[in-house]
Amino acid sequence: MSLLLAASGDAGEPWWIAVIKSLIVINLVLFGFAYLTLVERKVMGRMQLRFGPNRAGPYGMMQPIADLVKLIRKESFFPAAAIDTLYIIAPFLAAFTALTTFSVIPWGPGWEIAGYQVNGYVADLPIALLLIFAVGSIGIYGFIIGGWASDSKFSLLGSMRTCAQLVSYEVSLALSVLGVILMAGSLSLVDIVAAQDAEVWYVIPQLLGFVVFILAGTAETSRAPFDLPEAEQELVAGYHTEYGGMRFGLYSMSEYINLITLSALAVTLFLGGWHGPWLPGPIWFLLKLCVILFFFIWMRTTLPRLRYDQLMRFGWKILLPVATINALVTALLVVAL
Amino acid sequence: MSPQPFGTLKGFGVTFKHIFKQPITQQYPEFKRPVYPRFRGRHRLHRHANGLEKCVGCSLCAAACPADCIRVVAEENTAENRVSAGERYARIYEINLSRCIFCGYCELACPFDAITLGNEFELSEYSRDDLIYTKDMLLAEPIKRIPVQDPELFDTPIPAYKRES
Repeated sequence: MSLLLAASGDAGEPWWIAVIKSLIVINLVLFGFAYLTLVERKVMGRMQLRFGPNRAGPYGMMQPIADLVKLIRKESFFPAAAIDTLYIIAPFLAAFTALTTFSVIPWGPGWEIAGYQVNGYVADLPIALLLIFAVGSIGIYGFIIGGWASDSKFSLLGSMRTCAQLVSYEVSLALSVLGVILMAGSLSLVDIVAAQDAEVWYVIPQLLGFVVFILAGTAETSRAPFDLPEAEQELVAGYHTEYGGMRFGLYSMSEYINLITLSALAVTLFLGGWHGPWLPGPIWFLLKLCVILFFFIWMRTTLPRLRYDQLMRFGWKILLPVATINALVTALLVVAL
Repeated sequence: MSPQPFGTLKGFGVTFKHIFKQPITQQYPEFKRPVYPRFRGRHRLHRHANGLEKCVGCSLCAAACPADCIRVVAEENTAENRVSAGERYARIYEINLSRCIFCGYCELACPFDAITLGNEFELSEYSRDDLIYTKDMLLAEPIKRIPVQDPELFDTPIPAYKRES
């Protein structure tokens, strides 16, 4: 935390503005998560010729609130054999890391409000991209520990699958953004966005990297067609089988927020971040984010789940070589030009 | 089937197209799909045209019931208290609808067509006690009527043994 504060203090704004901004961003992300669940259910429903939730409030707008109230009011039960401390800590770990990563993503040019400099990001770290991957990897511990501490076979199987899948696809994910880092010459997301504004959106030269990023990201957030860790038909629910009430809610929340962060990262790295003509920065950022999120929902509706061996083969034999070649070719070109 | 990855892309096209189609969901409480004429819903007890109950308290329905949800206590009709057309009548006639499986055996067992299965299926209550239907409730016209399909179009012909009796 002190690292974040110190980092944002550098950019010419008082520390308390960073605190206020982080509060606003966290709440916006939570709000976004709540309504992403609604939008997902609505869009999926429409694609399957259903309505989706439409009872709670006009167009079902109150559905996320109803879900929240329901989850909070539920009894928080324990499996008798669960390892208490770990069982309780795991969902908090997952939710905390999911919320933290959003802090380094830039969403605006920065403004001058009442004489104070307000930057368009919560923290601009020189290692922002590394921070996202590092903290995201700690979040994986939340899933693995949660499944193991529940002491139930379905949870254990689910967390084993989570473990294997996330570890395999983390490699491709990190390699796919290497091209962007090489082209921008920086790990700071603010610098990467600025470099894209100066040149061209990196989705054009790094199309292969973008595709690998989206596919590996789908696996990383364990969404269909890579939703093996929580395959309902085989595993009941995966690593959070034994969780109920708001503890389950935290897991679900961290998954969706990971998805939002990943989409925001895709926007920042490949689609020019908050830059765009006519409209202000945050609105462009939001629009691009919505497009990516829609694509994830669309993919979930369209594609059936992969088999486990297909998943592993796809990760190691297709995505990893493609990402490596992409990074190598980019490095050669960057050096050559 | 087109070769990959075109098959997958085609799938994306199909799902996207469906966003713009009208959903086929029937919004239940507002729209009630008419049930078929022989739909087995909640029971009804019937009266003769002159107001006397058809049920004579023979307990054959209770004997036929596989879920054991019918309770009949019969009593003799007297000159001053004539309830049914037969010798006896059902002083207590209860159906526990939380046990009933709606098989319709009671209807088949009844020698006087006194009990039939109606079309009502909206039977939710907040308490189990409320699901025990007494004779008065079964004799009364149901409050919530369910739309029924036109029997001319959807019912099977009445079998010969029923037509002749």
